[in-house]
Amino acid sequence: MKQPSNRNAKLMTGNDACADAAIIAGLRFFAGYPITPSSEIAEVLAKRLPQEGGVFIQMEDEIASMAAIIGASLAGVKSMTATSGPGFSLMQENIGYAAMAEVPCVIVNVQRGGPSTGLPTLPSQGDVMQSRWGTHGDHPIIVVVPSTVRETYDWTIKAFNFAERFRVPVIVLLDEIIAHVNEKVILPKIEDIKIIERARTQETRASYLPYRFTDTDIPQFADFGTGYRYNVTGLSHDETGFPTNDPKKIDDLYRRLNRKIERYRDEIIEFTTESLDDAEICIVAFGSSARSAYRAIRMARKMGIKVGIFHIFVVWPFPYEAVAKLSEHIKNFIVPEMNLGQIAHEVACATSCNVMKVNRVDGGLITPDEILEAIHHVPV
Amino acid sequence: MFPYEKYLRQDRFPHIWCTGCGCGIIMKAMLRAIERSKIPKDSIALVSGIGCSSRTPGYVDFNTLHTTHGRAIAFATGLKLAKPLLKIIVVSGDGDATAIGGNHLIHAARRNLDMTVIIYNNHIYGMTGGQASPTTPPHKKGTTAPYGSLEPSFDIAGLAIAAGASFVARSTCYHAVQLDKFIHKALLKKGFSLIEVLSPCPTYYSRPNRLGTSVDMLRWYKDNSIPVETSRKMSDHEKANKIIVGILYDQERPEFCEEYHKLIERVKQTNKI
Repeated sequence: MKQPSNRNAKLMTGNDACADAAIIAGLRFFAGYPITPSSEIAEVLAKRLPQEGGVFIQMEDEIASMAAIIGASLAGVKSMTATSGPGFSLMQENIGYAAMAEVPCVIVNVQRGGPSTGLPTLPSQGDVMQSRWGTHGDHPIIVVVPSTVRETYDWTIKAFNFAERFRVPVIVLLDEIIAHVNEKVILPKIEDIKIIERARTQETRASYLPYRFTDTDIPQFADFGTGYRYNVTGLSHDETGFPTNDPKKIDDLYRRLNRKIERYRDEIIEFTTESLDDAEICIVAFGSSARSAYRAIRMARKMGIKVGIFHIFVVWPFPYEAVAKLSEHIKNFIVPEMNLGQIAHEVACATSCNVMKVNRVDGGLITPDEILEAIHHVPV
Repeated sequence: MFPYEKYLRQDRFPHIWCTGCGCGIIMKAMLRAIERSKIPKDSIALVSGIGCSSRTPGYVDFNTLHTTHGRAIAFATGLKLAKPLLKIIVVSGDGDATAIGGNHLIHAARRNLDMTVIIYNNHIYGMTGGQASPTTPPHKKGTTAPYGSLEPSFDIAGLAIAAGASFVARSTCYHAVQLDKFIHKALLKKGFSLIEVLSPCPTYYSRPNRLGTSVDMLRWYKDNSIPVETSRKMSDHEKANKIIVGILYDQERPEFCEEYHKLIERVKQTNKI
């Protein structure tokens, strides 16, 4: 008997999946500036957003794009921008503003080779550290890294949920491979998708404090223009939202801003594992490099080598505890990444075990054979 | 006596502006214009960047957004498009609006996005200590132009007109009564409106350039300003070094936010078929 199908199979690219998922997540304002290899996200949304009653605007640069999505989010509208390396660099100042003023927003960075103009049409994972530390000062941030088109769909939605839940900028790190590869995906049913909205205040204007310290460390939001008439600034501010030079209040603010993400690490961090129970070697992978890693471990297993994978979806906050726990029984780690070892360094922070790097920065995808070769070189 | 208390966040005073600064004169003119326009406080979003002028939002009781240097208009663009019923006022300085924020200024004017931009032009970076700005006149000194500026200065109003603004006026802190009429007209104008206001900075502009006190600066504005109507009958030679004040440009043009919402309706209709 034929099963009734409610599956929604599609052939789509990562950029398509990102744009579609954003609308499902509630995106109704996009501001961006064209840049390869992210432009298709803007192109899809230029068409789709007006159909949903939302707004698309092509700004004069990436600085303005980032500013505009913060402005729209303050009006209570879920907002996003998409860019790549050089544009991501230009956005950093206002990403810091969003972190400081606690304005929910999503920034998609489709990584290409860098620094500078670099390799506009070729993939990279060179912005892992920039996504964490690109803007100045200690600041909270969440960075998610999908490795397939379907994951791009899911993690774009989760990125919006994180932004709303924690009132932080959330970065979706794609790369040129995932952005442009066409894959068959079976999308989840809309009713199965969990959508989170920012907590809005129920207080009166008289009692409302826009940056009130609460048990959750996450202040409640009031949309601009709904009668609360509060102040938002990128300066150090107190609970009222006005600038302060009081050392105690400044210290309280910075510690709360960062604690707001740290204390919810377990809720935010997500990874998956395969074949790790008996493994002697663990491959720590993320993004499109993880795809080659899965293939490499199957090849190695056929040869009788005990290898497994630790596949990271949320790269910041980094899952130090999970890596440390693994290193209680696994003594060798291999980190394939299309940069010169940005995540290998974090893995080494979590474990004193041997951490081997497999790196490519020539615009090519790391192949399963290259990872397999590293596996053969592990000192046993 | 005008009821300024109605609009001021009195617990935020004293303000940070120097004695003799023009910022307060412009802020008060803005409040009088808002009162006359009858726009409710809840419907106004006052957006600023960084600088002395950009501290205005902290002192007034609206939805207030103090952003990054030069970016106020870009933040305001998102705010307006997401909530078209908000009346957006941007306050900015000469450095904020025409140096670091020049790109955003011209593109918002080109789009003719509905907002009123008030630029406090004091010819200097005041907050950072008197560095030369794009409107520091040639030969005038700043801390980064110790031998006098070599650069021609920007004509802010002219720039806005060329970029496509709907309404552009110029005034000075001396012409305070005229100024609130211009701001009032700008608030009622649908589209991008800009008012350039020459404003004294006794601390960092007048003093190093030996231009006297704030009162001397206001007197200088008075003696050297020419109404735009009069200026049209004057030769370029006669107009040199004069301040042309008045409504310099006032035209109707399709407004971006309204056009975008028409587009949404059109797309939705097409989709229904």
